[in-house]
Formats: sequence, C-alpha cells, structure tokens
Amino acid sequence: MLSRTADNLYWLARYMERADFLARVIQASRRLAALPKAYGGADSEWESVLLSAGSATAFKQTNRPLDEAHVIEFLAFAPDNPGSIRNCIELARTNARAVRTALTTDMWEAINGGYLEMQAIERARGAKTGEDLTRFLDFVKQVSLVYDGGAYRTMLRDDAYWFSRVGLFIERADNTARLLDVKYQLLLPEKEVVGGTLDYFQWTAILRAVSAHTAYHWVYRQSLKPWLVADLLILRPEMPRSLTSCYESVVRYLDRLATTHGRQGQAQRHARATYGNLENMSIETLFQGGLHEFIGRFIRDNAQLGTLVSEQYLF
Amino acid sequence: MELNGAQFDEMSGTTGATRPPYEKLAQWLANTPLDFLSSRRAQAELLFRRIGITFAVYGTHESTERLIPFDILPRIIARAEWIQLEKGLIQRVRALNLFLADLYGAGEILKAGVVPSELVYRNPGFRPEMAGWRVPHNVYVQIAGIDIVRTADGFYVLEDNARTPSGVSYMLENREVMMRLFPDLFAMHKVAPIENYPDILLATLRSVAPPSASQDPEIVLLTPGQYNSAFYEHSFLADKLGVQLVEGRDLFVRDDMVYMRTTKGPKRVDVIYRRIDDEFLDPLAFRPDSALGVAGLMGAYNAGNVTLANAVGAGVADDKAIYTYIPDAVRFYLGEEPLLQNVPTWRCREKDALAYVLDHLPELVVKEVNGSGGYGMLVGPHATRAELDEFSKKLAERPDNFIAQPTLALSTCPISVAEGIAPRHVDLRPFVLQGAKDICVVPGGLTRVAMTEKSLIVNSSQGGGTKDTWVIDDVPAKA
Repeated sequence: MLSRTADNLYWLARYMERADFLARVIQASRRLAALPKAYGGADSEWESVLLSAGSATAFKQTNRPLDEAHVIEFLAFAPDNPGSIRNCIELARTNARAVRTALTTDMWEAINGGYLEMQAIERARGAKTGEDLTRFLDFVKQVSLVYDGGAYRTMLRDDAYWFSRVGLFIERADNTARLLDVKYQLLLPEKEVVGGTLDYFQWTAILRAVSAHTAYHWVYRQSLKPWLVADLLILRPEMPRSLTSCYESVVRYLDRLATTHGRQGQAQRHARATYGNLENMSIETLFQGGLHEFIGRFIRDNAQLGTLVSEQYLF
Repeated sequence: MELNGAQFDEMSGTTGATRPPYEKLAQWLANTPLDFLSSRRAQAELLFRRIGITFAVYGTHESTERLIPFDILPRIIARAEWIQLEKGLIQRVRALNLFLADLYGAGEILKAGVVPSELVYRNPGFRPEMAGWRVPHNVYVQIAGIDIVRTADGFYVLEDNARTPSGVSYMLENREVMMRLFPDLFAMHKVAPIENYPDILLATLRSVAPPSASQDPEIVLLTPGQYNSAFYEHSFLADKLGVQLVEGRDLFVRDDMVYMRTTKGPKRVDVIYRRIDDEFLDPLAFRPDSALGVAGLMGAYNAGNVTLANAVGAGVADDKAIYTYIPDAVRFYLGEEPLLQNVPTWRCREKDALAYVLDHLPELVVKEVNGSGGYGMLVGPHATRAELDEFSKKLAERPDNFIAQPTLALSTCPISVAEGIAPRHVDLRPFVLQGAKDICVVPGGLTRVAMTEKSLIVNSSQGGGTKDTWVIDDVPAKA
C-alpha cells in the first residue's frame, strides 16, 4: 500500500483513540473535582488532567486561568489547542478523507457523521451546562466506539487494518502511561493508610479514566489497593488498556506487517523487547526499581517505536 | 440552421401535454402528497451529507465543503431517443481522438485548410511537447464528457470536455440515493443501469496500458489532493476502480519509469488516470512552481513507459473556438455527416461575426474560448447595461478570445420545490469511454440543473444542481 496511506491510517487511529481517552479523563476528573476536599477533591486535579493530556505547556501559553471551566474548554473544544478533542476529531477526519479508499463505508460514516455532529454541537454551544458537556463527552466516546467497531467488523485484514491497529495501540499505551506518570505518587505502596479514604477516590478516578473501575473488582475481588491499580494498568494482560495488553497487540500486528512485507525490522525487534520486559515483570520488582522511572522509560520506548515504524514503512 | 425559440419542457414538450416517457411519473406525482416529496428531499440531503458527497468551492471563506443541490425528480429519456444520441456521441468522440492524433501528428486537417493552423498552434491548450510522437494505442481522450443541451428541435452539443471531465461520481451516487428513496418508481419504470461504469472505466484504462506494461498493469488515479474541488470524486472513483489514489508526492520517476512509494518499497506504475491539469503534471516540463505533479513524468511519458489518461494536450479540443470545427472534423476523418449538431456559434475572431456579435450583444451568450465552469461568460438577456458595455470593450480588444452563441431556449425539466413542482433549465453530460479498441457510453449521464428560476447557468461552481437521469425502456405507445 501507499506509504502515505499507511501514515494517514496510523494517525487516524491515534487521533480517534486520543479523543476517546480525553473524553474519559475529563469525565473522571469532573467526578473527582466535584467531591468535598476531605475526599480528595482538589483544584490541582485540573493541572494533573492537563499533564496527562500532554497539554499543560500549551495551556499555560494561552494565559487561561487554571480552573475547571477553562481546562475543560481547552481540552474539549479549543480550536487553539492542537490536542483538543475537537481538533482530534477534525484531524481524524482530514486523515480519513485523504484515505477514503482505504476505509470502509461504515468507518467513514462514523467519522464523517461524528465530525458533522460535532460542528452542530459547536455551533449550538450557547448553553454550556454540565449536562451539555456530559452529552458531548458521551458522544465522543460513542463516535470512537462506532469507528472502532466499524474497523473491527468491516475492514479487510490486510496492511491497512494492521497499520491502523498499530497506531491505535501505540496511542493507547501512551495514554495509559501518561495517566500513570501524572498519578504515580498516589499509587506508591507506602501511600496506603489503614482505613484511609483520602486517596480512595483518586484511585477510582484513575480507573474510571481508563474505564476499568468495574474490571478491577472482577480481576482482584478485593477493595482498592494502589499497587493493584498499578498492576492492573501496567501488567495485567486481560485489561485492554494495560501496557502489557497494548504491547501484545502492537507486537501481533507488527508481526503481521513483517510477514506481508517479508522482513522483520527494527520496529518489530523494539516492540518485542518492550513487550518481553513487561511480560517478565512482576509488580513487586517494578516498584523496587521505581514506578516513576519505569513509566518514564516506557513512554520514551513507546515514542521511539513510533519513530521506528515511520522509518521502516513510511519512507 | 434555425433554432426554434419555443420553450421545450422535458416533461410537457412545447404543448403542455405530458410526453410519453414521463406519463408514469406524471401519474405518480399527481397521486403523491407534497409533504411526502419534501420529506424525501430532506432525506436526500441527509444521505448526501452523511456519505460525504461534497465539493469545495474556491474563493468562499465560510464553508469550504458544500453539497451540490440535488433534485429528487428524475430526468427521463426514452430508449429510442437515447440510441440516436449515443450514436452521435460515439461518432463525435471517435472524431475527437482522430483530430488530436492528427494535430500532434501529420496535421492533415490543417494542411487541408479545414481548421486554421494559428487557431491550433497559438492555443494555450496545445502542447508543443506532444508534437511528433504517438501516445500508447493512439488514444488521446479515454474519458470524454460531452455537454448536450436540448431544445424543441432536438439535441445539440454545447461543449466538449476532453481534458478532465468531472461529475461522474454524482451520476452514480444520484442513482444510488434515488433507488433508496423511491423503490416504487424504479419498480414502475425499466431504468437502464449505470452501475457498471467503474468496470468499463477500469477495462478502458487497462486496455490503454503501454505495450511494455505487464499483463496486469498497475493503474493509479492521480489527484491534486483533498483540497481540490473534485476530491470526493477522485476518492470515490479510485475506490470503485480498486486502484490507488495517489498524489504527486506518492510518485517518482527513475530511468524514465514511474514508481509509487509503497510500504513495500517502489512499485512500477503503468497507467495514470490523472485528474490534474497538464501544466501541473511535471514541474520539469511545465510550471516549475507546481508541487502537485511528478518531476520527470513527461520523460517517462515520452519514453512510452506510462499512459496518461487523458493524454497531455487533449485540452486543445475543449477550446470553444476549436469546438466550432468539430463537425467539420467528423466529416474530414470519418467521411460521415455529423449526427449531433453544434449550437450555432459566432467566432469573434472573424470580422463579420464580430460585427454581428457587437450589434446583437443583448441577445447573445458570449464565452471565453478557454473558459470553463461558467466563469467569464456574459448572458446577454440577463446582463445590465454596464456589463454589456464592459464586454463590448473586452470583445473589441481581444476578439480572438471569445465566441458567441444565441441564448438557447434550453429545455426545462420539473424539479421539486417547496410549493410543488416547477420547471428549471437543464443540460446533460454523458460520459464516453474510449479504450484501445472499444468505445462505450453508459446510458444517461449527469443532468445538471439551474436551481434558480429562469437561470441558464447549470455549473456546480455557480450554484447549479444535479438530477438522476433515466434511460427507460418501455415507452407506452402515443395515445
């Protein structure tokens, strides 16, 4: 396939995944920020949301006041924030339009329909009630679900599909890792206070941001423990947003690409090394080596994989 | 040739009595409540928007993507009428191809004095780079869009589009939308299908691959990119053809061969269905500032290693002054009388004609010879005094640059409007496909309609719309 098409598909998938993640993070943080201070509700929450969205510097540069309304506006709608949900959807559509022929009708209609709907929402944004926002965030999740489902159900299993899956899982791993990076202090074992509730709601907010709140209980069958939250998001293969699970998929789809292209390359080797590292890690060793350091390294490795994929396939 | 001034309506002729091909539709309309039609209009709009059938308008700021207005009532042509028209179209496109091969070859028609040489050689559409060598299979116009108008006297050719005719995606999508909206109407009529157009186009493109290409030639569609007004059509066609949609930056030339950049490395390209104008194709041969094309493409083309469809230089046939000679070209190359007539045209470059045109400006339509898209034309009867004066001045300064035609009583066809149905002017663009051996027209074409009352301008860039076009089989006997 055309290198440019592969590139567009890869980024299309990343933008859709990022829009979905942003919507979930905003929703989880709104819940948390609405709590009384004694339960962990804090204004600093919005700063950490900006950090996990990778938009903190961009936000500061606009001189907006750091409060809930402005952060949400910046992350959801701001045209001047290159990483806002609005811009993710628009960029996804621009990429989709350039590669119409590589998408199925269902995928295109999901993106184009979502884009048109978003324009209508933008135009009607006179009433900025909390209810409107909830509806918007639900809508964003809906769009990415329909798009993803469309891809899964209707795309041919060829390099177009594999490139877009690689993009999706690299982005998802990046999102989970950045969320952990911002919140890592909350997850350190010594933070556990017997009977303490201060961080409880913070942990649930992290889980909600990756839609794993219910999953936690199914996996561990016990009350929230910070190191188990870390375990779930980093190491558990059955958790679809865990780093391990993302890399299992990255490796699988890169292997498919290697097979059709008749060559294993740097990208495959790098991904397999990262995956191997995750697979052989236990949460205890991970904490011993330092959670923060581990996540920082992962984020760098993951970004490097993105570069290697471009070098190998996108000329 | 005299053009009958009477207004001809596709549905009710000149007399007001429903013409046979429209009888069933008229009955159906009589029994259909207005709000049903308006709900279908709304549905059609929704469908088009969701599918993303949009086009970009140059120079408008607020919305760069617009829908072409679509009218839900079909334009109907009886098979007998169509067969006549089809013969005329095939004859004309065969002549166009022979004409172009001659212009870039021996130039017999110029030597015989049928067409003035300076008209050709001074024409901006003429490409001296093409002179003296043959394109693969000697086909210059693989895809032609011939604009046809109808009057009370029959069909006339208004324009030839041999460069890069567009609009076929609307023809195909209009039909799909109509079939979704009005299954009952389709059950009542025997409508000739058009869905095989992409198959025929693919066969046409395969047939013109250069002799050096493999058995299974690699075909691509070259687009200027997603900001081009017809990008939707480019992606639509590439998808239906099952070929790669490429931009200039996806291609490169090495040793006079064209390759595309794929994830598996370079891949040889044999046929380029290009939707980029000549002057942007190759910065080395034409405009050096063009970023849309492929450096070295003309070298590969000259070496016979790639086929461009349509050929470079085919646009010279679109010139509106050259158009006036195409019926003569039919006689010259085929030894046949043209089955399709031109609209009578005054060549302003000729002294007598210019004098006549200047005297009768308020009755005439004046067009630039190289213009397209409805830009740069004067519709005399609708022009203000000031516009007429301004055009007289332009005409006197550069008569070569213009032709004039009578303001045609373009046929009208009913469209669905809020108050019911109303007549609007229409034209027709059938698409003719010329392969190495076969030539083919899918039944019908794109009917363009001037959505504004009394307007004669059907171009989508000027607010024109489209309709589905039906060629139907069973015409009931005339009562």
